[in-house]
Amino acid sequence: MTSILTADGTPLKDSLYKAEKGRRVKAFLLVAPLLLFVLVSFVFPIFEMLFRSVDNPVLAKNLPLTIEKLQKWEGTNLPDQETFTLVAKELLIARENSKVGKIAARLNFEAGGMRSMINKTVRKVRKYKGNDYKKALIQFDKRWGKVVTWKVLKRIGQRYTGVQYLAALDLKVNADNTIGFQSEDRRIYVKIFLRTIWVSFLVTIFCLILAYPVSFLLATLPLRISNLLLIMVLLPFWTSLLVRTTSWIVLLQRNGVVNDILVALNIISEDGRIQMIYNQTGTLIAMTQILLPFMILPLYSVMKTISPSYMRAARSLGASPLKAFVRVYMPQTTPGIGAGCLLVFILSIGYYITPALVGGRSGQLISNFIAYHMKSSLNWGLAAALGTILLFAVLILYYLYNKIIGIDKMKLG
Amino acid sequence: MKLPIIKSAILAGGLALGASSAYAGDALTVVSWGGAYTKSQIEAYHKPYTAKYGTKIQSEDYNGGLAEIRAQVEAGKITWDVVDLEVSDAARGCDDGLFEKISAGSLPNGVNGALPSKDFIPGALQECAVGTIVWSTIYAYDADKYKSEKPATISDFFNVKKFPGKRGMRKVPKVNLEWALMADGVDGKDVYKVLATKAGQDRAFKKLDTIKNDVLWWEAGAQPPQMLADGEVVMTSAYNGRIFNAAVAEKKNFEIVWDRQLFSFDLYAIIKGTPRFKEALRYVQFSTASEQLANQARWISYGPTRKSSIKLISTHATAGIKMMPHMPTAPNNFKTAVLENAEFWSDNGDELNERFNAWLAK
Repeated sequence: MTSILTADGTPLKDSLYKAEKGRRVKAFLLVAPLLLFVLVSFVFPIFEMLFRSVDNPVLAKNLPLTIEKLQKWEGTNLPDQETFTLVAKELLIARENSKVGKIAARLNFEAGGMRSMINKTVRKVRKYKGNDYKKALIQFDKRWGKVVTWKVLKRIGQRYTGVQYLAALDLKVNADNTIGFQSEDRRIYVKIFLRTIWVSFLVTIFCLILAYPVSFLLATLPLRISNLLLIMVLLPFWTSLLVRTTSWIVLLQRNGVVNDILVALNIISEDGRIQMIYNQTGTLIAMTQILLPFMILPLYSVMKTISPSYMRAARSLGASPLKAFVRVYMPQTTPGIGAGCLLVFILSIGYYITPALVGGRSGQLISNFIAYHMKSSLNWGLAAALGTILLFAVLILYYLYNKIIGIDKMKLG
Repeated sequence: MKLPIIKSAILAGGLALGASSAYAGDALTVVSWGGAYTKSQIEAYHKPYTAKYGTKIQSEDYNGGLAEIRAQVEAGKITWDVVDLEVSDAARGCDDGLFEKISAGSLPNGVNGALPSKDFIPGALQECAVGTIVWSTIYAYDADKYKSEKPATISDFFNVKKFPGKRGMRKVPKVNLEWALMADGVDGKDVYKVLATKAGQDRAFKKLDTIKNDVLWWEAGAQPPQMLADGEVVMTSAYNGRIFNAAVAEKKNFEIVWDRQLFSFDLYAIIKGTPRFKEALRYVQFSTASEQLANQARWISYGPTRKSSIKLISTHATAGIKMMPHMPTAPNNFKTAVLENAEFWSDNGDELNERFNAWLAK
């Protein structure tokens, strides 16, 4: 088969390609800023986070020779004289470069008390004149004479490691290199992950229950009234998150408006004021109110398109109002329900500021702990591991949603 | 009609940008804990400094910790110059190379001519930081709530039968664990020895268990007086200066219980690599001189770290009452005081924080 040629003899396909090329470049240039923005603000940080969760450079970079030597150490007896000398010398170099604090901090995350061991050792090694570093180090701090200490050093010396994921799942490496649970009084993250999912689930359900009738009214009432109603939905939506959260504090606290009214109406006694905030209840109430518009808007946009004649047809064919609603109307709103639920659930699973302010002790979610490790404990590796687990939880949800409902059916308005 | 608006908007935006960048270049940024405490620093250090040297000082607030400082130093974008730190952070940040070294010799002598090394109380001069105040964590209650018997000891804080109601506590293990042990009968001078053992930690957490359901947790220093004023809690741990301020400046009937106060210092440090190092050092030298430290004590009831300043302490700047009896170091308040052990917390902080968080979440 010969290809079709244009008047000047070039194949039609090529000249078409040429003609289109200018447009393609133009189109690409138009989206380039957005692409760049997405790359810089979204793709890059996510990879940075993934990398940080396994990256473990502190010891590998600052005590390189010691760590290399330890890789060959079999781990039954204390390492040889040479390793002791190496670690002492390299700690001194690290001190010159102001890296001792980092080494001490990294080791302290793994085994409490190692910060002081390192700092003490460095102070004393500086003054030490002899050559028998093995004896000296053990004399400076008897933990150098324990095999466990060296095992920690070897483990934390690995350039890339999964220990942060173990910690994020309440697991740890035992002394005999097997993986086991953290001790009872240190297990925390699995529980918090489950709580986060549970709270997000409840918020989603509450939002759905509250939003469905409101959206129905919005879609069916005459335009003048529904517009007013829509503004009442949107006004809080446009109000600052912090303002809304602190308003809830004013309303719900022990001496707040709600408790005062209940006391004034003699429903509860002065001593029986209800604790509605600084606990899980507070988190649930505030989050439900704040996320409600994210449920109402997709539902409304779907309901708006459903013609009232379907319901009338169902009624005229003999269905009871309830049956017509359940069998004819509700199935048509599924794309809206799906979109709203997915949106609210994903937003609430990563919610931070509201639980931080009104959650008290029992209403803290996983993002509060991520923030804690970012801001206070400075254990960024653990924060990254927790964040990555959260990210994958959301991806799995998205996948399930796509399998069960289909993402192409989602309508966001 | 539209065009002039846009034009003026751009103009205003440009002006604002120009102004802010010029400002950031000249001004010194001093970061502290906000509220009444920052106000005392503005009145006693910043304003006189600006009056003397002409440099503007910009105040920023933070909630402690080294994260923001570390981020600035590691990224090489220093926007803070001088930071007000807790002892444990000052020592740790110095080890990590986050702060410039400040030699004691570069500080001015006391008004009585005493060398800085003699004038400052022990522990207030560090390799990278200079102490400014002595502060303490105490607990306070609303005296209007108690008609007959009032809480007086640390055991009363843990006694929910005798004194029912919610308590406020800072959401960290520090201070809370020490108090728990002392309320359980451990002597003040043994408390860190006991807390260093597994059994001692178990004992402290067990004691905390007894009031766990009656505690509201606070994070920022301005919160506890607010919680007391709102009636959210009947008593709360707090920084003594904050309670003093609420009592004097806002006329609240708050009473401080000094029993087993945990006292400590706050220190000034200069962020490593700041382009305004000379200016920052001059500011630290100026504000840690005897007069300035004594002056600060006129605004909030935190004691000066120089012995030579103590004699200069006078009356409160606006209320006119004598300040000395309200200081943590006043003899009557100091009887059972315990020094917060920064080294202990630097070593065991990570571990105890972890356990504390797990305990909270349970």
